[in-house]
Amino acid sequence: MNADAALRTSSTGAVAPVEPVVVTRPHVTIRGLSKRFDKAVIYDKFDLDIPRGKLVSVFGPNGCGKSTLINMIAGLIPMDEGQVLFDGMLLSDIKFGYVFQNYREALFPWLRAFDNIAYPLKLMHVPKAERRARVEKLVARLGVKLDLNRYPYEMSGGQQQLISIMRALVVEPEILFLDEPFSALDYEMTLFMREQLQRLFIETRTTTVLVSHDLEEAVYLADHVLLLSRHPALVADFVLYDAPRPRSDATLSDDEFVRVKAHCLEVFQREVRRA
Amino acid sequence: MKRLDPFLPFLGVIGLIAVWYVAVWNKIVDPVLLPSPTEAAIALWKGMNGGKLGIDFIQTVHRTVVSIAIAAVIAIPLGIFLGSSEKLYRSVEFVIDFFRSTPASAMFPLFLVLFGVGDKAKISVAAFGAMLVILFNVAYGVMNARKTRLLAAKVMGASRLRVLSDVMLLESLPQTFVGLRNGVSLALVIIVVAEMFIGSQDGLGHRVFEAQQLFNMPDMYAAIFAAGALGYGLNLLFLLIERRFVHWSGK
Repeated sequence: MNADAALRTSSTGAVAPVEPVVVTRPHVTIRGLSKRFDKAVIYDKFDLDIPRGKLVSVFGPNGCGKSTLINMIAGLIPMDEGQVLFDGMLLSDIKFGYVFQNYREALFPWLRAFDNIAYPLKLMHVPKAERRARVEKLVARLGVKLDLNRYPYEMSGGQQQLISIMRALVVEPEILFLDEPFSALDYEMTLFMREQLQRLFIETRTTTVLVSHDLEEAVYLADHVLLLSRHPALVADFVLYDAPRPRSDATLSDDEFVRVKAHCLEVFQREVRRA
Repeated sequence: MKRLDPFLPFLGVIGLIAVWYVAVWNKIVDPVLLPSPTEAAIALWKGMNGGKLGIDFIQTVHRTVVSIAIAAVIAIPLGIFLGSSEKLYRSVEFVIDFFRSTPASAMFPLFLVLFGVGDKAKISVAAFGAMLVILFNVAYGVMNARKTRLLAAKVMGASRLRVLSDVMLLESLPQTFVGLRNGVSLALVIIVVAEMFIGSQDGLGHRVFEAQQLFNMPDMYAAIFAAGALGYGLNLLFLLIERRFVHWSGK
């Protein structure tokens, strides 16, 4: 455990080792996950490993259970059967962050942006001065230039979602879940937020699971694209995309990007047609 | 033209007074039944400045405020409690809706029997009526708390109690204020009606009724306007408190 953490730090630290040691032990192990809604079997003995310090995008046909998957992993909805372990520990033993699609309803409108971000620390009984210090540290680290004294309803959609993401990050989570975080934003804001998320990820290297309904976004941000089949969902493919970060607009027309995206689309189409 | 916008609300008032004058001058209505606006205004001014009307006004304010305070103190915690469990609320919903639909004036005799002819009966009927309105609104405010917001608090590790105090309570505040405003309007109606009939010695209801009995029409209109101003003022007061404390309402 400590060794893992040390390795992770050293591989992202300023002085990179000559040959970074690849951590092979997965961060999250999902075994025998089953879930049904009424008669529909969404998951039936589903297995998956989520690698450490990577960003995994989840993509698949409509209604295949993309969000259901991360909601079960994050404990928002109960699973019928199965087990999810984080470094061998249960969800209740770890710190994690969750970002909702609907930022408008996920933030607390009665709290200023600053207090929204600090709220999880308050729940953890962190003293006020330290809460302030930790939020300020996060803001500085992410280079966010926002007036945090404003209320969420005084901010644009993108800014609100950024506040949600910061609220998820302030506890220094071991894993971050995002459920279609940009789908309620306009295209311009979506592009901007993708860059923000990429920066956050490069900065923190937190294991991240992102549900997306936009294949371009899914591939662009991901280290791995998890392609799901129609339900009962199976891993249709787990596609590696290891283009160096930071990625940019040029990445979108890069040969490797185009190839991976085309491959994902092919798998997706195959799964859609299978029904 | 935009500069005139703030004066638009006064147009209706001026119009009403104009129509009233026209009616008086042309003797469209019997002068005994409809005094001129000037007479009514003088009666209002004199009554409120050291006259009986001022004392009655204060009595009515006092009764309304006490009844709404009692109603709020009972209904808000009870509404939160009932609303925090949908099953619990559903089991008492019919009783609440039934008595909410019962005209409060029909309850007067019961409360007279229970509390006697004094202030207690008037205040308790008004409190009873207002309480049900507030209760219903608070409970719905709690039940309709945004699920995502509750889930967000839960996923951050908030306990059930914490979710209730940090999220549900604040989520229900806008609806609570809707209840308070409706409640205070209803309480005033009940108080004024009670002051008219149940052996009252004072209050705006008593003033209106007595002026009518004595055929003192300027006094009667003065009392009616005083009651109107009171109702409007109370509503405005709650709106201002709401804007100050529930700044996120409707946003």
